[in-house]
Amino acid sequence: MIAIIDYGVGNLFSLQSSFAAIGEEASVTGDKKVIEKADRLILPGVGAFGDAAAKLRDTGLDTVVKEQAASGKPLLGICLGMQLLFDKSFEFGEYEGLGLIKGSVKPIKDVIDPGLKIPHIGWNSLIFKKESPLFKYNENGDFVYFVHSYYAADCGENVIATTEYGAELTAAVADKNVFGAQFHPEKSGKTGLKMLKAFCEVQI
Amino acid sequence: MITKRIIPCLDVKDGRVVKGVNFGGLKDVNSPVDLAGYYSDNGADELVFYDITASSDGRRIFTDILKETARRVFIPLTVGGGINTLDDFDRVLKCGADKVSVNSGAIRDPGLIYEAAKRYGSQCVVLSADVKRVNGNFRVYAKGGRIDTGLDAIEWIKRGAGNGAGEIVLNSIDTDGVKNGFDIEMLAAVCEVVNVPVIASGGAGNIRHFTDLFKTLPKVDAGLAASIFHFGEVDIKDLKAEMKKNGIITRI
Repeated sequence: MIAIIDYGVGNLFSLQSSFAAIGEEASVTGDKKVIEKADRLILPGVGAFGDAAAKLRDTGLDTVVKEQAASGKPLLGICLGMQLLFDKSFEFGEYEGLGLIKGSVKPIKDVIDPGLKIPHIGWNSLIFKKESPLFKYNENGDFVYFVHSYYAADCGENVIATTEYGAELTAAVADKNVFGAQFHPEKSGKTGLKMLKAFCEVQI
Repeated sequence: MITKRIIPCLDVKDGRVVKGVNFGGLKDVNSPVDLAGYYSDNGADELVFYDITASSDGRRIFTDILKETARRVFIPLTVGGGINTLDDFDRVLKCGADKVSVNSGAIRDPGLIYEAAKRYGSQCVVLSADVKRVNGNFRVYAKGGRIDTGLDAIEWIKRGAGNGAGEIVLNSIDTDGVKNGFDIEMLAAVCEVVNVPVIASGGAGNIRHFTDLFKTLPKVDAGLAASIFHFGEVDIKDLKAEMKKNGIITRI
């Protein structure tokens, strides 16, 4: 069973439907016991980093996620959920993240041409940087759906894919059992469903 | 690089897809759930659902249809029609919408865009404007294109983006239903004043109209159409193949 961690941000309906579409059982939950029992975890998120990090802390789920990740359970952070995996974010201030993957979250506008629109919204192609079990069913160049104004910087060796939008932006990261996708696999058509399927088959 | 998007639009009334020509003469086309599933599997980059129901019964049916659709569709889904308050945003977002499009609701309550963007983020708020030429000026129309609001469209759209609308759908009443091509002049005027994605709507009749749009106005991000897709006059796969041939970046 997959636990989609519900800490009060965003709409988790499409994520749950995506897992149903690939025949996987997923439960939307904020219950520590259910999360501990799950085989895999999804950390979703939309909105602002500071708010989301505060909600995760207030619900006490930050500790649960860290413990579960440390135990080796596969974890996938999506969009803001990915950004929360890093050490810190500079979105409207400076906030601490979960520190599960090395890196920090910075504004896209600082690295791209001012003529380009922000947020980076729409379908863009993945540039694979490393082999990853997450990409088992995908191909280099596959299009996925992005919506974000901040990007993950200084992730070093943990970047597994980037995308080109005036600069090469981090699209996906991985460090052992912890994975992150800046894009929305649940909104990326068949390409995204394949990636969720691959995540369900990750063996650590 | 980011692709140009192709967006079928489904007008939904009493649980069925309808599309009027020049906003009149509705014709029943198909089941919204089946049609949305078909588009999601066959190359559409995004879908727009407009609730054109007037009654509360119809609204309940729409909400049910939306939930069922969101279960089948794994591309972004925008919902518009009857969005007047933050509660309306909440209602459709809970049913699986990714973005919410406001039109007359923003004209009635100019604070709606700002409040919605603050609560849900700009990426969630789409300003849809029905625009028509009146004495050489672009004017905003309300109530499905029936009432001249007297508002200058360019100023209105600029203000909407400034208040936090993350995307603009520009529907030209002058070209809608005519199938003679998008309203390039009107779109160019809007692209000039905003730095958020602009979605062209109204006037597409064939594949060339889309390739002309993206070649003439590279700042336009997406093309939206309804009946030409629903009636099979333009197949999205053929359209995208032609876009690619013309050097337009597209998701195939």
